Amino acid sequence: MTATTVHIGCGAGFAGDRWDAAVPVVASLARRSGPRYLMYETLAERTLALAQQARIENPAAGYSPYLERILRPVLKSVKANGIRVVSNFGAANPLGGARKILEMAREDGIAGLKVAVVEGDDLTAVMTEGDIRGHDPVEGIAMPDGRLVAANVYLGARPIADALALGADVVVVGRCADPALALGPLLHEFGWSLDDLDRVAAGTMAGHLLECGAQVTGGYFADPGYKDVPDFGHVGFPIAEISADGTVVIGKADDTGGLVSHRTVKEQLLYEMHDPSAYLTPDVTLDISGVRVEEIGPDRVRITGARGKPKPPTLKATVSFEGGWLGEGEITYAGPNARARAELAIEVLRTRVRDLGTNWPLRFDLIGTVATFDGDGGDLRASRSWPDDGEYRVRMATHGGERHMAQWIADEVLSLYCSGPAGGAGVRHRIAPQITTASILVDRERVTANARLVEEN
Amino acid sequence: MAENDRADSNRIVRVPLHEVAHGRTGDKGNRVNISVIPYHDEAWPLLLEQVTPERVKAWFAAKGAGTVTRYELPSMPAMNFVIDDVLQGGVNGALNLDGHGKSLAFHLLTMPVEVPARLALHPEKATG
Repeated sequence: MTATTVHIGCGAGFAGDRWDAAVPVVASLARRSGPRYLMYETLAERTLALAQQARIENPAAGYSPYLERILRPVLKSVKANGIRVVSNFGAANPLGGARKILEMAREDGIAGLKVAVVEGDDLTAVMTEGDIRGHDPVEGIAMPDGRLVAANVYLGARPIADALALGADVVVVGRCADPALALGPLLHEFGWSLDDLDRVAAGTMAGHLLECGAQVTGGYFADPGYKDVPDFGHVGFPIAEISADGTVVIGKADDTGGLVSHRTVKEQLLYEMHDPSAYLTPDVTLDISGVRVEEIGPDRVRITGARGKPKPPTLKATVSFEGGWLGEGEITYAGPNARARAELAIEVLRTRVRDLGTNWPLRFDLIGTVATFDGDGGDLRASRSWPDDGEYRVRMATHGGERHMAQWIADEVLSLYCSGPAGGAGVRHRIAPQITTASILVDRERVTANARLVEEN
Repeated sequence: MAENDRADSNRIVRVPLHEVAHGRTGDKGNRVNISVIPYHDEAWPLLLEQVTPERVKAWFAAKGAGTVTRYELPSMPAMNFVIDDVLQGGVNGALNLDGHGKSLAFHLLTMPVEVPARLALHPEKATG
């Protein structure tokens, strides 16, 4: 019998999300009936490149380094309650991730767990580097130089539905469109055709609302006195109820803090959205320009009216390159005349870096003014006056090709302790390897996605 | 409502957009989008009139903002700004602290707007 309502909870909205967020989501899903799913979105643009580098060092690695931390607390419970898990935590090595999950199941005495992988997102398996570089980037970024680290195409929901049809309890994906983590289960449960554009659009919208975890339940939202969120330290992660007709209701895990309101939903609907009438995904072009958002109960919001237009002719891929080194350092000046001492520190740093004989770009911030809003030239700070006394944190940042130069420049901040203005305090400095990314559009014929069940080694 | 109160609530105040609307930033490549959602639906036409793409571009000049496109969603109501080139490289090689532009919605929300006092959450924050 075809389901009437599918429940999909979200256990993570990014790689660094709360390790225990899924626990109340699973406890809530366990009390409900019908098809129930738990999705985790753990793969930002750069995360996959880092995973690819980890895999180069260790062929068994390359899946999300957080996989065990986020999945083990709920693995026994999801299997016992028939809740199925769908996630892109396979990152650069879905097969390795699947084997890790099977190993965890064995260690925890979970019998009969079926794990599937979805593969086919790795473009380097089907295209040469020259071919990849021959594609013009989109989204206003030039094709970076540097060594190619990873190139992965955003897969759609169909192979996820295929994996579920194989009976998988856990589906491990690498790169896929984030909303596909929800749309896949909906295609599987409702038997929707991908040509049923309005329903596919509704499922995509549900996935879009879920994919950032707490961002639809009060996270990235709370603003005291303006947008208050109760028991925010225990913010509950979202659970969507999707009906066969495409109606979406967003709620959250039972016995948690947080808030689901028309405002939390509207902010998240528009998050990372450009033209609201043309949100491009591998499966559909989503149009949310006419949706209705209604509060239908405490922490329950119904969203209707998503429209679908035909999917774009190409698939988007993220290509990642080694991007040199970031060097940065910070030091604080506080108390009387703090601003003048901080400004003197900046002047000293400029002199010192110039004496190193480098032309690396430098950015200076005076944290405590408008540093986050300002451009690299500091025009916004210069346009206003700031108090002489108070607390100012100087930040210097630079970027270039050689590791040692990044270190030398960052070290100039450290040396301000003894050789800089009076009272310099709290130095933090570091260098970090950078990954640069660009997006390209790839012909669909170049990409073949497939789903298969995995046995433990 | 007493006559004086009504007059007071209709008084035009100049307040930061933060008193009238909320929003959030998202990023893609070297672009950000910022949603602007009024607390009172009645503020919507005033925001359309005052929070224009031209004004937003000027507001983000220090960041090197390029093309600014405003999408209007009257059914919510909300508007969505897409601002090009504002991340100064995006998370790619950007030297600023906020490579994703996460904070930038709050920069837009500091822009002054003029509305009747009743449409501002804290009209006492008026600057004129």
